[in-house]
Amino acid sequence: MSVSRRSFMKTSVATSAALAVGITVPEQLAAQAAKSGVDKDIQWDKSVCRFCGVGCGIMIGTSKNRVVAVKGDPECPVNRGLNCVKGYFNAKIMYGDDRITQPLLRKKNGKFDKQGDFVPVSWDEAFDVMEAKFKQYYRELGPTGIAVAGSGQYTVDEGYAAVKLVKAGWRSNNIDPNARHCMASAVAAFMKTFGIDEPPGCYDDIELTDAVVLWGANMAECHPILWSRVTNRRLTAEHVKVINLSPWTNRCTDLADDELIFKPNTDLAIWNAVAKYLVDNDKVNWDFVNKHTVFKDGPTDIGYGLRASHPLEKVAKDRKKAGGGKLIDFATFRKHLEPYTFEYVSELSGVPVKQLEDLAKLYADPERKIISFWTMGMNQHTRGTWVNTQAYMVHLLTGKISMPGNGAFSLTGQPSACGTAREVGTFAHRLPADMVVKNKKHRDISEKLWKLPAGTLNPKPGSPYLTMLRDLEDEKIKFYWVQVCNPFQNTANLNHWLKAAREKDNFIVVSDPYPTISAQVADLILPSAMLYEKWGAYGNAERRIQHWREQVSPPGEAKGDLWHVMEFSKRFTLKEVWTPELIQAGSQQFGYHADMTLYELLYATPEAKKFQWPDPIAQGHANHIAEETGFFVHKYLWEEYRQFGLGKAHDLASFDTYHKVRGLRWPVVNGKETQWRFKEGYDPYVDPGKGFDFYGNRGKKGMDGKAVIWFRPFAEPPESPDADYPFWLSTGRVLEHWHSGSMTMRVPELYRAVTNALLYMHPADAEKQGLKRHDLAVIESRRGTVKAYVETEGRNKPPQGLVFVPWFDTRVLINKVTLDATCPISKQTDFKKCAVKVYKA
Amino acid sequence: MPLTRRQMAVRAARSITAGAVAGTIWYQLLRSQATAHASMLRPPGALDEQDFLGRCIKCGNCVSDCPFDTLKLARLGRENTPGTPFYEARQEPCHMCTDIPCIKSCPTGALDPELQNINESKMGLAEINEETCLAYLGLRCEICYRVCPKIGKAVTLRYRSQERTGKHAFLEPVIHQDECTGCGMCEHACPTDEASVRVLPRSLVFGSFGRHYRLGWEDRGVITRDFEPGAGTPAAVPGSREKALNTLNRGGKLYD
Repeated sequence: MSVSRRSFMKTSVATSAALAVGITVPEQLAAQAAKSGVDKDIQWDKSVCRFCGVGCGIMIGTSKNRVVAVKGDPECPVNRGLNCVKGYFNAKIMYGDDRITQPLLRKKNGKFDKQGDFVPVSWDEAFDVMEAKFKQYYRELGPTGIAVAGSGQYTVDEGYAAVKLVKAGWRSNNIDPNARHCMASAVAAFMKTFGIDEPPGCYDDIELTDAVVLWGANMAECHPILWSRVTNRRLTAEHVKVINLSPWTNRCTDLADDELIFKPNTDLAIWNAVAKYLVDNDKVNWDFVNKHTVFKDGPTDIGYGLRASHPLEKVAKDRKKAGGGKLIDFATFRKHLEPYTFEYVSELSGVPVKQLEDLAKLYADPERKIISFWTMGMNQHTRGTWVNTQAYMVHLLTGKISMPGNGAFSLTGQPSACGTAREVGTFAHRLPADMVVKNKKHRDISEKLWKLPAGTLNPKPGSPYLTMLRDLEDEKIKFYWVQVCNPFQNTANLNHWLKAAREKDNFIVVSDPYPTISAQVADLILPSAMLYEKWGAYGNAERRIQHWREQVSPPGEAKGDLWHVMEFSKRFTLKEVWTPELIQAGSQQFGYHADMTLYELLYATPEAKKFQWPDPIAQGHANHIAEETGFFVHKYLWEEYRQFGLGKAHDLASFDTYHKVRGLRWPVVNGKETQWRFKEGYDPYVDPGKGFDFYGNRGKKGMDGKAVIWFRPFAEPPESPDADYPFWLSTGRVLEHWHSGSMTMRVPELYRAVTNALLYMHPADAEKQGLKRHDLAVIESRRGTVKAYVETEGRNKPPQGLVFVPWFDTRVLINKVTLDATCPISKQTDFKKCAVKVYKA
Repeated sequence: MPLTRRQMAVRAARSITAGAVAGTIWYQLLRSQATAHASMLRPPGALDEQDFLGRCIKCGNCVSDCPFDTLKLARLGRENTPGTPFYEARQEPCHMCTDIPCIKSCPTGALDPELQNINESKMGLAEINEETCLAYLGLRCEICYRVCPKIGKAVTLRYRSQERTGKHAFLEPVIHQDECTGCGMCEHACPTDEASVRVLPRSLVFGSFGRHYRLGWEDRGVITRDFEPGAGTPAAVPGSREKALNTLNRGGKLYD
């Protein structure tokens, strides 16, 4: 063995250890809590887990203003007292010893300087500089020159407040969440199919189904508690089948009855093969299809969401109308499916004909209820919207949807991707309750609820998450505020954006509790309060909204992101952001005046002040934000926000209600939650006698109250392995770490359990490259390189020709390698497919 | 060049063993201390403890060549058998290098050069404490399973329905002693305050049931066709006739 490899490893292990040392165990929390006599001092309150979209209920135990204990909430129907190992460590995520507790600004010679080092500053100084930079760039570039990167980890009130500031205050639409990387394709497909966002069914389907089919969803690791439920269903009903479709063997296969390993992107063809089988063998549920569906197809040469200058985009003739579609008849639909024989699809996908046929028969069996689950494999896809609509195609053809045990279910990755990013609409094109800025009626409704003069809201959608970074590089955006996310780790083709942040003319603000990669490239860091240090609400993947109270105070000068947003809004008067015409209209209609601040316009309104603090619902809990504003701003924002959805099939219950229950699944009508939408007897919005009612499409031409069965063809990915870059690269997660690792990598036990992001590859591929287990390898694409240790025996077993690297590790910034191609409809990046070479470091 | 901590440790251990040139006395001393400390695991390919101690010359080569901070030399009065290599899984486990550099460095065969495949090494055996293991409590942890270099072989998951919640399952890690190498990746990674899975020297944990017994539910009761009767008369156990007669003729009262 060469000395260099050895010394490298030793150095690297030492570095890892040093990093771990910097992360001390917070005063032996667990031990403290377990000691007899301590337990009686613990006060408990209900809350929700900080991590994935499953939405497990958690009980938080505090003593002397510290979280000292947690337990799974036994009353929460999602998890019934259980947690995964990340949930187990919720008490520790807030106590990393590199917590940022003061605003930090880059300075040189006592003044802000982009090339300076970070030094602690007062909140006043932080906002002074931030205000000056914002106004400089806003004056220079207008509302498109500023942007906010939002989050599926925003609490509902934070997301709502941010949308108000950006859209109503600054009249910009440049707010877009990291959920764009995670859910956008699911959203686009929901809208295109049902005209309304989010899953028809719920988790209860698991206990009622006869088959679970996973399409690009590593549920065993990424949705641990739901997987426990799938496992139980498989165990307790012998007839139940679990099928795992994936480009590599993951941990779901251990339970699965069958595993279909397909070549990347060929899921598009597999869905069509299933549909063709249904059509050819008279397995279509005609009663359902005739009554409740229409058929459509759409443009196909839609490009890959790359920059317009890219050769692939120049030749894509449908690029500008990617989201279009037209009604077709069944005969045309059937003709479209013709090429997708099992034989053709088998050749394309590498899945044997027999397995494809078995899969199709499972969907076809009229006696069998079935759920399809998917996550990032189908959402992070250059044809993400297409492949999502294909899932509905199969479920609609068989009528196996929106019924107990039958469903097509897009799982979410973030705790409030649904509750905040989607339902509040913290997207560049959206408004609350599924409304969009392009639609005049929707703007009218929003302006009315927000008490804005007509024409305040900007009709032109802003830049989606990735485009914001391209705009930063092009100096079209010069003020960029990152809230509850980590774009400089989570975005593909990262070298560009890291460089743009540091070298272009811009000012970057990052609100964060920890020195993440994004914080490292910022100009100003604002210290954020974490989950249990503030009031909040999250909405999980099954439409369940769960609220919690502030349990402990934020450390030092850290404050909730809601406070960051509101405090900054005080720095603007109407005359700085509105036209004289708007101010005049506002003055006539609402008595506004030119020197009124955005804080007064958006947050400290006369209505808001009616919500008094303290409030008995707090039961003694503090509220570091309301104590400063003098009114119960969280409750006010919630009560105003829910006006958007009432009577529009997005009904949410009152603020106080959620503090008395373990979450409710919307629409909540007459105090009753909804398990299955669109189905008579379950969904109060379906008229009696209709059976099903896809009311999201009510009043739309040619499809009144019907769901859409889309035909979507197979398409080649923008980049495939070749002689120079012979491997597929897929990225993803591991159970122990969550997203960019900013929280879980600070839990010593989780860090110790999984310290490095490994390069998972097939042993034969490794051998061919002269690599063996533990060797340090370079992973190189046309965009960048990273190094990672080789693992050939691990939890993920890729087939030959594919490698997998998780993205949680700041030392393995795999997004330097990934390709920034997106679904042209949803604008969601495909993190699952690009071409790389792998060689010994 | 200044010495690294590791090099100094190796030198110190070597100086301890310098007297061992005298041979037998030292050797006998070591033999008398040969009971392995329970948390001390030997490197891959180590012979049985007695033979290992007989062959190991405490040269420290295996420790120097270990690419990780795994192998250490036992210190006088701190660990048993000073100067010999060992590792403690909770501190740093064996990372199971495919080229097994520690064995290659061993000049005496105390680490058996016959061991070519690290997956066949038997350094110890893991055991789970089911009362504190998070997975046995119903939580989704199973870190030990996922970090196991022989995932699905040395550790598998056993699925069990959870009656309390009515809708979740237990995913319980189960160690398989024939496959477990004792590398200790599981113990190292276990997230409970005290590890709920421990690797011990195999002799302390390894179990076996009667070789005559087969698991009827695995080895289903197929009746042998074309039965071949054994030839000749089975020999009696020597002395058995006398034993039987003694019992029969013991006399004494069998009834009141």
